[in-house]
Amino acid sequence: MSIVTTISTWIIPCIILMVLLIATWKKLPTYEIFVEGGKEGVKMAFSLLPFLLGMIVSIAILRGSGAMDAMINLISPLLATLGIPAEIVPLSVIRPISGTAALGMTTELIKTFGPDSFIGRLASTMQGSTDTTLYIITVYFGAVGIRKMGDALKVGLIADFIGIIASIVIVTIVFAS
Amino acid sequence: MVNYIWAGMAIIGIVYAMFNGTMDKVNEALFESANEAVTLSIGLISVLVFWLGLMRVAEQAGLLKKLTNLFKPLVTRLFPEIPKDDPAMGYILSNFTANLFGLGNAATPMGIKAMEEMKRLSGSDKASRSMITFLVINTSSLTLIPTTVIAIRMQYDSIAPTEIVATTIMATLVTSTAAIIVDRLFYLRRVRKTK
Repeated sequence: MSIVTTISTWIIPCIILMVLLIATWKKLPTYEIFVEGGKEGVKMAFSLLPFLLGMIVSIAILRGSGAMDAMINLISPLLATLGIPAEIVPLSVIRPISGTAALGMTTELIKTFGPDSFIGRLASTMQGSTDTTLYIITVYFGAVGIRKMGDALKVGLIADFIGIIASIVIVTIVFAS
Repeated sequence: MVNYIWAGMAIIGIVYAMFNGTMDKVNEALFESANEAVTLSIGLISVLVFWLGLMRVAEQAGLLKKLTNLFKPLVTRLFPEIPKDDPAMGYILSNFTANLFGLGNAATPMGIKAMEEMKRLSGSDKASRSMITFLVINTSSLTLIPTTVIAIRMQYDSIAPTEIVATTIMATLVTSTAAIIVDRLFYLRRVRKTK
């Protein structure tokens, strides 16, 4: 564990160090280039705001009204027949939609069932092995002004579903004994 | 499609609230989440400015090109539409690398930059083939070390907080491979349709 922690604390400073050393060695005006590139970031954050706000508010309405819980209760038995444990169903539905909600649920599951239980391990694996599809698509397409998203969302959600199944199978096999 | 999903979520929520007496919760969610979205976007400024600034320095120092050369054989196969020496490749790779190391904060600015370069290449407001491939790989998460999850597990006294690293990597591999395959299948379907 200590190695993992050390790597993750050292990596960012080391990347910065490497970039600056090489750029200085090549006699580039580092500070001026940095500021020039950074300016773009300000613009980007503001152009992202409406995209994020719209999506987050819509998700909040769905969750706040209780409709999302109702939908999850509705499909739980269906997914349970596929072998997906009922406790994990809400997390697998939320994971592609809202990153913060999913993290909250994972924490809750680990707390309730214990980190070393089957559900705890499964929730941990699922949380780590897929990302918030809807957020990524909103941010990336929003930032550069893509209107027609093609198959991106469909493919992303299919991959998420495969990821959930894979997590269950893998956790079951690896921690079988 | 995103239009239907976006409007659909709000419509379903409000109609559901009408029949279940949770309208006050809807109002609450409305304003709280709008606030949260603004905080999130403003919070992104710090990360975006820093990493886009540093990436510009890395680009001018020729580091992005080096990274691209290193992984060229693999990435050219994933993104056949992007010219081999295009800056888009450099940004795509730095996004993947940042994701692999769990640097989500650094990955987003580089990913946006990659999207910009791909938009320059396609020159339209329609998602190009490369963009879809890029996003799908991103949504399947490339994390090698899930630091947040490990931290949570430690907090709840796990005997082996890192024991899920292996299963996470395996699951990630399966998901990413599946994502790439599904993406290819959809692409082939699109090609067939236009013929």
